[in-house]
Amino acid sequence: MSTPYQIVVCGSIVPDPLQTLEPVAGPAGPALKNEMMLPAVLDPWAWHALFEAAHLAKGAPGSKVWLVSIAPKAKLQQVMMTVAQKAPFELVAVDGPSSGFTEAAEAAAILADAIKAIPGLDMKKLLVFGGWESASRGAGATMQIIGERLGITDQFQGVDKLTVAADGSLEILERIEGGKHQVSKCAGAPAVLGWATGNLPDPPNNPQTGMMNMRTIMPALQRAKPAKLAAEGVKFVSVTQPSQRRGTKIVKDTSPDEIAKEIVSWITGE
Amino acid sequence: METILVLAHTETDGSLAKPALEALAAAKSLGGTLVAGLVGDNVQTAANCIAGWGAAKFLAVTGADFAHPRYATDAAAAEAIAKAAGATVIVAPATSRWNRVLSGVAHRLGGRADTHVTAIAAAGGAISVNRWYYRQRMEAVIQRAQRPWVIALDPGCVPAWQGDAGTAAVENVAVTLADAQKRTAVTGLKAPAADQQTIRPDAAMLLVAGAGWTKKQADGQTHVPDAEKLILGFLKLTQASLGGSKSLVDLGGEGQAVLSFMTHLHQIGQTGSTPRHQKGLSTCCHGEEPHTVGWRFVNERRAISLDPNCGWARGKANVLYVADAFAVMAKVNELLAPKKA
Repeated sequence: MSTPYQIVVCGSIVPDPLQTLEPVAGPAGPALKNEMMLPAVLDPWAWHALFEAAHLAKGAPGSKVWLVSIAPKAKLQQVMMTVAQKAPFELVAVDGPSSGFTEAAEAAAILADAIKAIPGLDMKKLLVFGGWESASRGAGATMQIIGERLGITDQFQGVDKLTVAADGSLEILERIEGGKHQVSKCAGAPAVLGWATGNLPDPPNNPQTGMMNMRTIMPALQRAKPAKLAAEGVKFVSVTQPSQRRGTKIVKDTSPDEIAKEIVSWITGE
Repeated sequence: METILVLAHTETDGSLAKPALEALAAAKSLGGTLVAGLVGDNVQTAANCIAGWGAAKFLAVTGADFAHPRYATDAAAAEAIAKAAGATVIVAPATSRWNRVLSGVAHRLGGRADTHVTAIAAAGGAISVNRWYYRQRMEAVIQRAQRPWVIALDPGCVPAWQGDAGTAAVENVAVTLADAQKRTAVTGLKAPAADQQTIRPDAAMLLVAGAGWTKKQADGQTHVPDAEKLILGFLKLTQASLGGSKSLVDLGGEGQAVLSFMTHLHQIGQTGSTPRHQKGLSTCCHGEEPHTVGWRFVNERRAISLDPNCGWARGKANVLYVADAFAVMAKVNELLAPKKA
């Protein structure tokens, strides 16, 4: 018999990767130029985590998925229009900044409190999912601190695969150095899993799922409490874009033989 | 004055890996009182190797329970060593093992952690670290008031410490584990066979393969088997590491023709890795700025593409060859083969 899980996915929004990003000095520290105008997407690793959560929930009847997110709620609403069609979940929204320059520890404290406040939360069924890093801060720190605040010490990062055994134990594949995976067996929930890319393709849009989700997403956005992330104790001395731009030498109208000779000479240093 | 602890874990053979030696070098440059903290099954050999580093103390948590990477036991060990050392700054190599636990350890210690740090410096009585935001698209220099400050240094950013070996007096720090800390067991590793492994972090060269390898060529047909042969042939001849664009590694999930050896582990760029290699050659890659962050830390870059205006290459590569990668790579392999022999 499969174990029903309570799967909480933590994930925020990030600027669309195709946007040009430029740092500016704001009153509360560094920010992105025209940050509120930039189109946003759900963080790519949280996106994978959400699909993995939905996949796991589908195979374990009685399971439920929540998406807990700190983001400016107007932008979060826009992103939810797309995400809601992908997988069934209930949104728990906190209205706050999604900037990469926010503090992981402060974000984790808010997220942990939001998770604790989920009605009927059962630690014996709880799996906390999220991205192992984000495309904004890229720290790989928030999930561990959430786990600590929830008292969960079975934690895994860079997860590519989760398999639930018949006895309820979890087999987890984590990325390690050199293109390898570490295989671990965990007795069961609760656990924290920071996902890498997983194995699942993006699910197709499902308008019916979207309609169902939006019934709870809009009230969740209206209920979203404001949160302040003050970045206390950290001083940004500078934030700059890499200025290095290479004067690319273009080689064209040259035979493959000639190009190959040049490349081999470059590789071998001869 | 700061008390600077370097946390390192031993490898399966009891040695310290290069990233640990890099962390030692970075920490030493900061001044302050140095403490070495080692975690592993048995750390004496590792401690002896760094006896000349200048540590005021060598602290260790050892035993079979600490041989393998596991959050609960590694966090307990790191926490105990940090407390025993009275560390105000903790420098550790950003290995997968330490990345898994350091932020949680900083929380337990009432401090803060900064990960993926690429440089550490001390000037005017303040320590600064460099780290990148938005996937290597902007770099910040930051300082912190909080202590202890845990700093995870990315591998390959500073030269490894070199110094005299000797006999180190290691003080064991006792850690008592509860059953709840052993709910997870490491059961093994999964990796391609050694002769089929195409991810080689220490290689001098990175070959980046793009989705163009799987697209229809001039004859209107795809030539995926030929592409595989050319890429694997090049890797075998050069011992280069292989990276892939997101579009290429995503193809499998979309039911399209794929390179059989290409997985998400190979992905570099916006949602992949940013490996450090001396040279990089991109082939059949097309894309804009977000994808090119994959070779932000590759020093010499060349690209082969049919598009002279390709965003992957213009302004990002030193040399762009406007040519058919199939033809060029076939010839490259032909020229390299006798040298390898």
